[in-house]
Amino acid sequence: MLLFGVFVAAVGKDPLEVYQLIYAGGFGSGFAWQNTLSRAAPLILTALCVALPAQAGTMVIGAEGAVVLGGLAAAVTGYAVGDASPLVVKLAMAAAGMLIGGLWIAAAGALRQYRGVNETISSLLLTYIAIALFNHLVEGPLRDPASLNKPSTPPIGSANMLGALPGLDVHWGLGLGAIFCIATYVLIYHTTWGFAIRVAGGNARAARLVGLSVDRLVIAAFFLGGAAAGLAGMIEVAAVHGSANASLIAGYGYAGILVAFIARHNPLAILPVAVLVGGISASGGMLQRRLDMPDATVLVFQGLAFLTILASEALYGRLKLFGHGARA
Amino acid sequence: MTDIGWWGVPLAVLGGAIRVSTPFLLVSLGECITEKSGRINLGLEGILVMGAMSGYAVSYLSGNPWLGVLAAACAGLALGLLHGTLCNLPRVNDIAVGIGIMLFGTGLAFYFGKPYVQPQAPMLPSIPLGAWSDSPQIQAVLQIPPLLVIGVVLAFALDWAFRNTRWGLVVRMVGDSADAARAMGYPVNVVRTLCTGAGGLLAGIGGAFLSLYYPGSWSEGLSSGQGLMAVALVIFARWQPVHCVYAALLFGGAGAVGPALQSVGITSGYYLFSAAPYVLTLGIMIAASSPRRTLAGAPGELSIVR
Repeated sequence: MLLFGVFVAAVGKDPLEVYQLIYAGGFGSGFAWQNTLSRAAPLILTALCVALPAQAGTMVIGAEGAVVLGGLAAAVTGYAVGDASPLVVKLAMAAAGMLIGGLWIAAAGALRQYRGVNETISSLLLTYIAIALFNHLVEGPLRDPASLNKPSTPPIGSANMLGALPGLDVHWGLGLGAIFCIATYVLIYHTTWGFAIRVAGGNARAARLVGLSVDRLVIAAFFLGGAAAGLAGMIEVAAVHGSANASLIAGYGYAGILVAFIARHNPLAILPVAVLVGGISASGGMLQRRLDMPDATVLVFQGLAFLTILASEALYGRLKLFGHGARA
Repeated sequence: MTDIGWWGVPLAVLGGAIRVSTPFLLVSLGECITEKSGRINLGLEGILVMGAMSGYAVSYLSGNPWLGVLAAACAGLALGLLHGTLCNLPRVNDIAVGIGIMLFGTGLAFYFGKPYVQPQAPMLPSIPLGAWSDSPQIQAVLQIPPLLVIGVVLAFALDWAFRNTRWGLVVRMVGDSADAARAMGYPVNVVRTLCTGAGGLLAGIGGAFLSLYYPGSWSEGLSSGQGLMAVALVIFARWQPVHCVYAALLFGGAGAVGPALQSVGITSGYYLFSAAPYVLTLGIMIAASSPRRTLAGAPGELSIVR
């Protein structure tokens, strides 16, 4: 925070004013909150895509690919079964998105367990392959002929869009993300299966010795993580864009890595952190308008904050920074 | 292209390989040094973009593209040293710091780069090796960028240095067994920090190539993941600097297949061809690894192979 203040001062703006604007842009009004929470929803889910495999002792940075393909699968499903009742369509879209996203990330997990391919690199490569596939399909076979300037899949129809949460002007994605997050928390910290995953992540040999099938556990964790990211893609399609197009490739997967690390891979801590990061990025537009600073300012801010938090982990490693279950 | 027909495809692929592979080569050589010392720097993507921006800006302001290259190298060095220093702290994960540097570097570059999106900066010259030929196509293909020459020479020099100099041996020892290095009295963290800094320096130069030679302008979508690909490329090259040259040429060529086919009228599957390098890398990683042993030639202390 201080470092960023120095940076802002160095380029000739008043740091306090900038902080005030970041606050106002992210959390200062009903509209700002709405913007922030809408951005937080995909972040929660992509952060889970990092955090779940991390519980199994691995590092996945490929959530972006699962988001993109999950969104595409959801859009295609939504169009294909568009005549059924809206609830069925929504469920089918979510299932398709989660299945595709899950399989995509699980592939990285399977490669790791059965072929010894490093999952960090393979998930990253899979992301680029996913984006290329997505572009190919959206501009080719799956393109809606009516979308001239911006290639898109056919729209899913407004009846099938996700509505707003009651009493709030925020779409259902946030609710889904929160539910998924809490369910994951319960799964990881309060079930035998979650404990088995953490054992497998902490010490694979010990897990094998007590008879756990480490391979299957790890791949299942990858699948669940990928399903979360695929759901994020479905939410973006069903609640924001209405069809799959290039706006899906928005970097939510990478921001999710940031969120997961700040939350130390704890599903419950992901919720507030995602809201915070969502708020910071939501304030980008406000900074641009009021102070004539480029919207990349918030990117600098995020990068600096992230580095600072990583560095502080070394200094305050033994303190329980994030309450629940953060283990140094 | 029409008058030479199908020959245009291999020519275009070759030309593309020469033009596109230079940043890959420089970045992967940098990453090679870093990984030899036992660290992995995923922040090269941010360093590449930062190098591209600072190189372009300095070249534009000073009128001398080589000053731009120097500035890009300094920016890369600074970010690399930052990464190295942060990783020296206990319990700090080098991959996570890399992602932080990636965000920070791209953020800084976009922030300061805004005013330079429009103006045209002086470009780096190229060496025309195709002067012997009458065909303008061949001449165009054989415009060798000077930084590629530097990169190739550097690759062989590094290969030699890793095997035959005291410094090369120290770096490799730190990367293979930090305990042994400590026992010999070498400062492990200092060596790693310097290696990460050197890696950042080369990545910065690679970025300057992007903005000052090809594609030859500064824009925010300039790098499109090339810094991250370089990490995969180093694995592909099995941590051998000379293999990095071949790998970079292969990656560049694979990336040029799509546009080359497009020029002779095959437009479908353009995006699929652009994914070719990634599929290639993944395939080779699958073929080369096995659950029973780590990758041959990998530095023992590298976090991704442990």
